[in-house]
Amino acid sequence: MRRAAIIGTGQTKHAKAHDDMNQAELVRQAATRALSDAGITFREVDAVVLANMELFEGRALPEMWVGAGAGGYLKPAIKIATGGTSGTSAAIAGYHQCASGLFDIVLVVGWEKHSEGATQTGMAMVDPLWDRNVASGAVGNFALSISQYVAERGVTPAQAAKVAVKARRNAAKNPYAHLQIPDLTVEQVLRSPMLADPVHRLDMCPQSDGACALVYAAQGVAEKLCAQPAWVRAAVTRHDQPYIGDLDRRLVTMRTLRDAARAAYHQVGIVEPRKQIDVAEIYEPVSYAELAWYEALGFCAEGKAGELIDEGVTEMNGELPVNPSGGVLSSNPVGASGVLRVAEAAMQVMGRAGAHQIADARVALATGYGVYAWSDVMILSADT
Amino acid sequence: MNDDFVTAGVNLQFHYAAGAAASRFLCALRDEQKIFGARCPECRRVLAPARSFCPRCFVETNEWLEVGPGGTLSAFVAPPFAQLLEPALTLALIRLDGADTAFVHRLGEFDAPMLRRGLRVAPVFAASRQGHILDLAYFKPVEFDNAHSI
Ligand SMILES: [Zn+2]
Repeated sequence: MRRAAIIGTGQTKHAKAHDDMNQAELVRQAATRALSDAGITFREVDAVVLANMELFEGRALPEMWVGAGAGGYLKPAIKIATGGTSGTSAAIAGYHQCASGLFDIVLVVGWEKHSEGATQTGMAMVDPLWDRNVASGAVGNFALSISQYVAERGVTPAQAAKVAVKARRNAAKNPYAHLQIPDLTVEQVLRSPMLADPVHRLDMCPQSDGACALVYAAQGVAEKLCAQPAWVRAAVTRHDQPYIGDLDRRLVTMRTLRDAARAAYHQVGIVEPRKQIDVAEIYEPVSYAELAWYEALGFCAEGKAGELIDEGVTEMNGELPVNPSGGVLSSNPVGASGVLRVAEAAMQVMGRAGAHQIADARVALATGYGVYAWSDVMILSADT
Repeated sequence: MNDDFVTAGVNLQFHYAAGAAASRFLCALRDEQKIFGARCPECRRVLAPARSFCPRCFVETNEWLEVGPGGTLSAFVAPPFAQLLEPALTLALIRLDGADTAFVHRLGEFDAPMLRRGLRVAPVFAASRQGHILDLAYFKPVEFDNAHSI
């Protein structure tokens, strides 16, 4: 393996519906912006990796008919679909393609157009025998685990609401974010309709249309094209069992994220994540999940996640800012969401995050999460 | 929606094979009103519903055994839970007696304030059964374990 780095990122505006673009056009907009950010054209791209949950749109083989939007004509182009982790899986696959020596420049594009399908139907179409009949849909599925997490850890609805407020406030600094609510209050979150106890509507992510792209370049190429590449230092995936009953106490144990983080920290030499990581961009589809991830990622001791948010540690100006982009809670085009986490981490390390830039960000963490507790962890750094 | 942009739609049906273990499990719900698990020879866990292989150990299960019918409530969504079409029901994870995994199903016949983790529950089977997970209509809180029919 050789080193590889992200040298460019690009994304569309994330919105409730993009009736103005079809999927290929949406992908092309993100890809074009990433190539422009990297200072190259699609002719210099050696391979393309796509991420999309085609079930949501109900159209098979998107790599074929949307691939052209990523400039995949006469190039090796593949699609990856692993649920919520689709985007981080694709980001890791693109990294593997580049770092393995197979390709010097790899373009990764994730997208989703939830407005084109029945997302709830898509979620319901998971397991035909068990879940579909009794436990379909992301909200109830989450609420089940959250009720256990709350019972065991004692986090409060107000602490979860603070996560939701932070996300939408940060999103207001990100021109691409879907939900931008700079003056949202904890009270407003708690007063929003209860979807499934204890999850309020404003605790939950939106469904968005959007796309996001990354350009990887191998060591030797990256330095020539980019003044400050975001070097990949770790890329780890862990998958769990798919039956919800096998995931009892999922948010409390979160063994996939815990194990992936442990492996990634070991590779990079991180022993005190809160001190050694400058910024984290984590996949939090619901406010309570972010609190659980704090524990699994070692940002705090078990049971201390509520204190972490109370003390402002993860705010933009805190010791370890989490989700300066506004996170999944502010934009969730599923196939793009994992790519967005990695893109934000890269933008931070490259110093290109604009109004949501964290000063002197040298080490950034990005994670992916799939609703059946699958996890990806990537660590990017300014140093090789 | 903007009138200048056009959309198209499609309606389809799907059918899936349950597989050997799940078929046997679902037929037992239908014909015997019993819940079965299968033991993994390697980790020794009893997986319920029964599977043909252990997802952790990647070996075939080799022991078929009845679990429950009673169990304890491990997690639940406190009602009202809008996503379930029947408002008197909610979603739960149940630790069936004799099983090492949790069982995803629905709760019914409860007073919301009585719901707590560790609550004892028992299955209520549907009167008309067809080899489907909802042949077991729901679980209900009980003081003493007994399976009931409706
Ligand atoms: Zn086993």
